Amino acid sequence: MADPTAPLWMLSSSPHAHEGSSVRRIMIDVLIALLPAFAVAVAVFGLDAIRLVTVCVASCLLAEFGARKLMGRNAGIDDFSAAVTGVLLAFNLPPALPTWMAVLGSVFAIVVVKQLFGGIGYNIFNPALCARVFLLISFPVAMTTWAPWDAVTTATPLGAWKTAWAAGAAPAHFAATYPLGSLFLGNQLGSLGEVSELALLLGGLYLLARRVIYWEIPVFYLATVAGFAAILYAIDPVTNLSPLYHLATGGLFLGAFFMATDMVTSPVTRVGQMVYGVGLGLLTLVIRRWGGYPEGVSFAILILNAFSPLIDKFIQPRTFGHAKKKPA
Amino acid sequence: MKTIKAPFKLPNTLHLHYHKEATAALALEVMPAPAVVQIPMSQHLGAPSRPIVARGDSVGLGQPIAEPVGAVSAWAHASVSGVVKSIGEGLSTSGRPTTFIELENDGLDRPGSTLQPRPDWASADGKSLIPLIAAAGIVGMGGAGFPTHIKISPPAGRIIDTLIVNGAECEPFLTADQRLMMEKADLIWNGIQILRHILGGPRIRVAIEDDKPEAIRAMEKAMARADGDVEIVSLPAAYPMGAEKQLILSVLGREIPSGGLPADVGALVENVATCAAVYEAIVLGQPVTQRVVTVTGPLIRRPANILARIGTTLADLIAFCGGLTGQSGKLICGGPMMGVAQIGADVPMGKTTSGLLALPRESVRLFDSMPCISCNRCVRACPMSLLPCTITSAVEADQLETVEALHTLDCIECGCCSYVCPSRRPMVQLMRQGKARVQLARRQKQEQEKAKGKQG
Amino acid sequence: MLNTLLVPVLVIGLAGFLCGLLLAIAARFLHVFEDPRIEKVTSLLPGANCGGCGYAGCADYARAIVEKGAPPNLCRPCSAAGARDIAALLGVEAKAAEKMVALVLCNGGDVRSRRSFLYNGLAECVSADMLSGGGKTCRYGCLGYGNCARVCPVGAIQTGAHNLAVVDPGRCISCGLCVKACPRNLIRLVPASHSVHILCRNRDRGVMTRKACDVGCIACQKCVKAATGQGLHMEGNLAVVDYTLPLSPELVGVCPQKTIHQRPAGPLP
Ligand code: SF4
Ligand code: SF4
Repeated sequence: MADPTAPLWMLSSSPHAHEGSSVRRIMIDVLIALLPAFAVAVAVFGLDAIRLVTVCVASCLLAEFGARKLMGRNAGIDDFSAAVTGVLLAFNLPPALPTWMAVLGSVFAIVVVKQLFGGIGYNIFNPALCARVFLLISFPVAMTTWAPWDAVTTATPLGAWKTAWAAGAAPAHFAATYPLGSLFLGNQLGSLGEVSELALLLGGLYLLARRVIYWEIPVFYLATVAGFAAILYAIDPVTNLSPLYHLATGGLFLGAFFMATDMVTSPVTRVGQMVYGVGLGLLTLVIRRWGGYPEGVSFAILILNAFSPLIDKFIQPRTFGHAKKKPA
Repeated sequence: MKTIKAPFKLPNTLHLHYHKEATAALALEVMPAPAVVQIPMSQHLGAPSRPIVARGDSVGLGQPIAEPVGAVSAWAHASVSGVVKSIGEGLSTSGRPTTFIELENDGLDRPGSTLQPRPDWASADGKSLIPLIAAAGIVGMGGAGFPTHIKISPPAGRIIDTLIVNGAECEPFLTADQRLMMEKADLIWNGIQILRHILGGPRIRVAIEDDKPEAIRAMEKAMARADGDVEIVSLPAAYPMGAEKQLILSVLGREIPSGGLPADVGALVENVATCAAVYEAIVLGQPVTQRVVTVTGPLIRRPANILARIGTTLADLIAFCGGLTGQSGKLICGGPMMGVAQIGADVPMGKTTSGLLALPRESVRLFDSMPCISCNRCVRACPMSLLPCTITSAVEADQLETVEALHTLDCIECGCCSYVCPSRRPMVQLMRQGKARVQLARRQKQEQEKAKGKQG
Repeated sequence: MLNTLLVPVLVIGLAGFLCGLLLAIAARFLHVFEDPRIEKVTSLLPGANCGGCGYAGCADYARAIVEKGAPPNLCRPCSAAGARDIAALLGVEAKAAEKMVALVLCNGGDVRSRRSFLYNGLAECVSADMLSGGGKTCRYGCLGYGNCARVCPVGAIQTGAHNLAVVDPGRCISCGLCVKACPRNLIRLVPASHSVHILCRNRDRGVMTRKACDVGCIACQKCVKAATGQGLHMEGNLAVVDYTLPLSPELVGVCPQKTIHQRPAGPLP
């Protein structure tokens, strides 16, 4: 270098201005948006919620740091993306899960799903969801043991419905056991983060307002679930849950606002995101209604993750000055 | 004459921080001609001009000192009177090497223009005025610098039915066009009338962003008694409203086909400063020897809109504005979105230099080499509806076919994608690299085919 | 407990096994018949896949030799003997070429050649070059962002601490890819036997060159005068070596700018 004290002008390509956003700021926004749901989780599950979130965040950050160091990548973890993965994973775990399983899941999410695929921006699947499914397959019992908080309900609402449905019993008493309003507010069993739809909705609205996520995916996802459920309900209201129950139960809101909108693994075009949302909605309901698991959100999102490069390939906006049809 | 709202909406635009307060209210100041000016030979699009003077020659103000070379090129004129001190080489404001003619100012402004004033233009044949515009060295003064005489001679078979006068000035910080409209509206309107005469009487649309109400009012006043199909279009203030393609779309609802020209959709876009230059050339017989520059930015002690001679170095402009207030950061010719960073202050300004922006080091935007996180903000920001994230990732991965198939060549380098990218990727640089590679590959292919043709 | 540990391991193992199985099946079904000579020729080629022959890689070139009758001596990395072997295999005649190595015609790293501004952007030569020369004052010299190093199939080019590309002649397989990669046309393939080089491409006048770099050719012409009759001449403001003629190593001492260099002849052991 020439004389380092000489006043050098800086040289770079245009544009020379920036709106001020950063990956880190986005991740902080997501963490902020998850706060209400966290508060509800603490209120409902107490220390378990704090334990799982702390453990997952800490082990995600450590795993990220270690993996990047080992792979010779810049070892910075200050973009907080690993912290987001940690919180999201914790939110997808049952409150009583042993600590070591949570650690295992976190390491799997960061090392296998994220860093082995190339790190931030390159992973094909949502790390937190992958880890959840990995844990679910590996430890089916621990992952579906919901510590009862009253003596009556020991299953998640969707689980209860599924059992009843499998047993051929019409879940007519369902509405009596699970009043819709209290489901929406958070009076249900389930994973840490999915108990209160209201809290998740608040967080989602914050993300929309901050332009971290856009409306296409959540709106199309929720609308498709509601629409499809309404059709099923209209056909047979005895064996099918009403659309409102589908919306108010399980991890749908968590999935629609926080997991399906994961930037890296969702399509990049507006129309692509709409298609993605519709696909998610259909798949979620198909799994809930006919699949082996009571809840289909995680699987639906992971499956659609795999399709999102394809969606991007085939659904592209019309470039200015070009005719409608694009050569693919 | 009436003022209307922009009739058509653009697909994607951005709302930027405009930062125009510093200079929007400041009247034009005339900067005394500096002791030395350097006239660059490339201040326009196309082939550089060729000097027709030699060292030691004495020149007058407005005397032609360099001639056009080839079909697309322009005349250059002495912007002071004095002696040719040297003919040397250096980087122009666009960052490319070029030849300079250095003139030593004798301070007399001895007239040397060879242009015949034509105050009677209205009775002259329109086509006969075009050579005058060429001889005055007029180029698109909004930034692109395309020689005006070529633009106003549309290719055979193309009829221009609308002349759009570009007063959008959508780049942040710049107020040169705005001040020109506020203070010299009559000049601009007269220039527009001359152009209308040359073009055979097309419709006139004067397009101004609605965040400049004074400019709109001034133009309304100047054009109050205008005859014919003349309208002022008040555009929503958004970026990149002033880009040629976007402007035509929002005023006329016509989309220039990929690779095409405005003439393909019957439109012609001229910047307000160009119109003023047309008036000065035809009626007053003055070639382009000066222009309005906005000198601004947090680093400039006394921001101003100044009327400066072509060839004034950036250092002289800065000195006239009271110097710098801090450590050198970035020096930009043009606005912050599409302007070019300069390698130093001893570069001379050209006909297209509409602004000089000095940023302190701490507010310089830094690029990062973080990977794309597919947040799709760039997709929502791109006014050309490209997929900037997919394209730039393909450029990085060297997938040339993908780069080409995604219409990279249609990118107008407006910088919207880069402005919003949270990963702070050097998007425009990647787009340019992609374009350069695609064009190189096409050339090589053509050459190969030619070679094959010869063999066979 | 054992179970709880075993299952995750099995899950990952199973996933890996399935992927492998798929690949194996795909390889089997997608296999097409090939002229067996193609494989033989491929095995005679060095396998560097450098593309210097003008084909997509060694296998592609082998196919072209066998099926389209492409000349067998296009492979620069091949020794003359290699080309002969291929020719013998196919029963055609082969001409051998002299061993060439790539050479970067610039010696102005950051210590000797100035950078007049701070560049912030892609660490890539083409982009930097398009942007007012990427921070380097000299408009001709090596930018040091390593486009050549990235395309080199054998890793023979290093950009080092001073941001100056240097070719290791011992490793260079003379594929010529770096020549095409350099936006400043600084790299040439020169005969490996030639040891005296002028490491500069700056065509500016001496004063300008001196401002930019301590080791640039300032067109003083001392070398040309000292080397009459040898392979050296002026092209404008730049002394240029003519690699068809020999050049005496004494010239190294003649150059006041230390622009002329001697480096070991031929491939290093
Ligand atoms: S610079 Fe190009 S790709 Fe980026 S937003 Fe503008 S037109 Fe689109
Ligand atoms: S704005 Fe940046 S991070 Fe977001 S999709 Fe575009 S390139 Fe990727």
